[in-house]
Amino acid sequence: MSQDKASGGTLLEPVNKQTSGGRLPWRLEYDASRVRTPWWTPIVSVVLALVLCAIFIYANGMSPATVYAKMWKGAFGSSYGITETLVKAIPLLLCGLGIAVAYRISVWNIGAEGQLTVGAMAATAVTIYFPNLSGFWSISLMLIFGIAAGAFWGLLTAIPRTHFGVNELITSLMLNYVALLALDYVVFGPWKDPKGFNMPGSPVFTDAQSLPVLGGTRLHIGLIFALVAVVIYYLMMRFTRWGYELRLIGANPTAARYAGIHIKRHIIIVMLISGGLAGLAGMAEVSGVSHQLIKGISPGYGYTAIIVAWLAKLNPLGLVIASVLFGGLIVGGYSVQTIGLPSSISQLLQGSILFFLIAGDMVTRFRIRRGA
Amino acid sequence: MDFMTQLLIAAISAGTPLLLATLGGILTERAGIIQLGAEGLMLMGAVTMCIVFIRTESLVLGLLAAIGVTALLGLVHAFLSVTLRANQTMSGLAMTLFGTGLSAYLGKPISGNPLPGILPRVHLDFLSSVPVLKIISNLDMLTWISIVLVIVLHLLIHRTSWGLHLRAVGDSPATADVMGIRVRTIRYCYIIAGAMLIGLAGADMVLSVAPTWNEGLTAGRGWIAVGLVIFARWNPIRALLCAYFFGALDSLGFRVQLLGSAIPSYFLKMIPYVVTILVLMYLGYRNRNKPSGTPESLGVPYIREQRF
Repeated sequence: MSQDKASGGTLLEPVNKQTSGGRLPWRLEYDASRVRTPWWTPIVSVVLALVLCAIFIYANGMSPATVYAKMWKGAFGSSYGITETLVKAIPLLLCGLGIAVAYRISVWNIGAEGQLTVGAMAATAVTIYFPNLSGFWSISLMLIFGIAAGAFWGLLTAIPRTHFGVNELITSLMLNYVALLALDYVVFGPWKDPKGFNMPGSPVFTDAQSLPVLGGTRLHIGLIFALVAVVIYYLMMRFTRWGYELRLIGANPTAARYAGIHIKRHIIIVMLISGGLAGLAGMAEVSGVSHQLIKGISPGYGYTAIIVAWLAKLNPLGLVIASVLFGGLIVGGYSVQTIGLPSSISQLLQGSILFFLIAGDMVTRFRIRRGA
Repeated sequence: MDFMTQLLIAAISAGTPLLLATLGGILTERAGIIQLGAEGLMLMGAVTMCIVFIRTESLVLGLLAAIGVTALLGLVHAFLSVTLRANQTMSGLAMTLFGTGLSAYLGKPISGNPLPGILPRVHLDFLSSVPVLKIISNLDMLTWISIVLVIVLHLLIHRTSWGLHLRAVGDSPATADVMGIRVRTIRYCYIIAGAMLIGLAGADMVLSVAPTWNEGLTAGRGWIAVGLVIFARWNPIRALLCAYFFGALDSLGFRVQLLGSAIPSYFLKMIPYVVTILVLMYLGYRNRNKPSGTPESLGVPYIREQRF
């Protein structure tokens, strides 16, 4: 795959000259050998996204400095802000990890939102159908149900991909909408709390059904689950045969297939893990934070987690840092509502960060050459 | 009017935005570029339409603004995927996230405000007495435009040298390049044209389906359109049939509810999503040993002088 001009050969010699810069004194040249992205691109991307959104904020008649200061103070400026940021980072870390595992072998799971939702529903089902269990049994059963439901939702994406050749992006996204409609059905219908003043939500969980929290804060034990999952991911990737096979498929699927690796089986396994982790996030969310199943249990964690995984370059430590950053972005987004801005500003920032990340990955592979 | 006639009219009305978005997707993907940003583009088209229409009270300006804004976003996608050769899947996802966020942000002040008008309808009185054709005697302007577009695009893709170039660029860019076809220029043009059509779909969505802006109002129809592109096998005529079929499914839920059905509406609303998955599975199963009609270089960035 030479980029050398002279090696174009006579057969593939282009008929018309088509250089990117026309008659400019320099031109951009693509260097296919540069496949590693420099470590600083994520940082530059975040900065550029902040600049782009500053333009939108300014155009809306607000001062970007005030808005960003407000967001920063809301997310990291107080101990309450920091614990809230960590609370939001838990589902992002779990879902982001799941997405990263699937992305290792180029399976694009964008269904974490739906997997999280069914995980939360399954955990709530335990509280509704087995209301009088002791703390240990009820939490254990909720964990098992939550993870199993998320994994099942992941399987519904994996099977069409492996056996019917359906793009998993579309399936996983369609299943998100199905899961959200199912959630609406149960919170408005059969699971609605009769004592809830007609609010759409399940009965509030008892103490035995709630995850333990840290001191007087809302930070719950789900943080430990998430960190343990990250460490297991690192160890599995690094030291097991399974991790080696995943890395091999990720590097070169054709070579992996010739090496006798069962790719379909791996797709199913990673989707089960991916869905299971998102299901765990959903369980932790109902049992640790909201203590009841409500409409809109996730403010788009599943989608934000996609950017978390991409920003982290699938690196375990990067996942932790990115999920805390994005947790802060969500909390900061809420805090700007007090000065009359919509919280969707954080979504806007997330989308722009992803744009600059993708561009950054590629821009660093170009170099400027003098002479046309 | 009987139930079937009403359903057919509703199917065309709900199917038109799907059709426009699917046509946009077909144009982009025929040039070999994956278009997964349809949801974000539709939302941006819809919110621009609403803002400009409410501010200026001019339908035409609103439509032009919707098309213009999405053309700009298409330019971004084209720059990322053609010039920078970035990952097209990720670029599309970024477009959707960015479009969702930006449309919610821009649309906040006008959220819930009714639009100052609707699309002008084209009355064809001579058709209203014909039994079957009477359902198309009273369609709105954009529906007619979309039907004409289907024919135009079908002829363009399959019967003209432009279409030949388009298909060449999507199937084998290296060969096209050798033949002197400007691969990058053509890809840029069709990505932008496709994005404009998807933006028009978003504008149509607010004008014909829900005449007011609400956050996330497309509710996944952009993604259904992405599925429809595959379902229609990159063919405009099939796209028309598929889009109206899904339009019918979409409005069926609502109609059945009006009849006082015992099925909760949430399950009826799931139908389009579940059917999309099932249909794609069926097509995948049936075409497992056949070419699916996918442009052969879909998703593969073209690098001149790279040999395979």
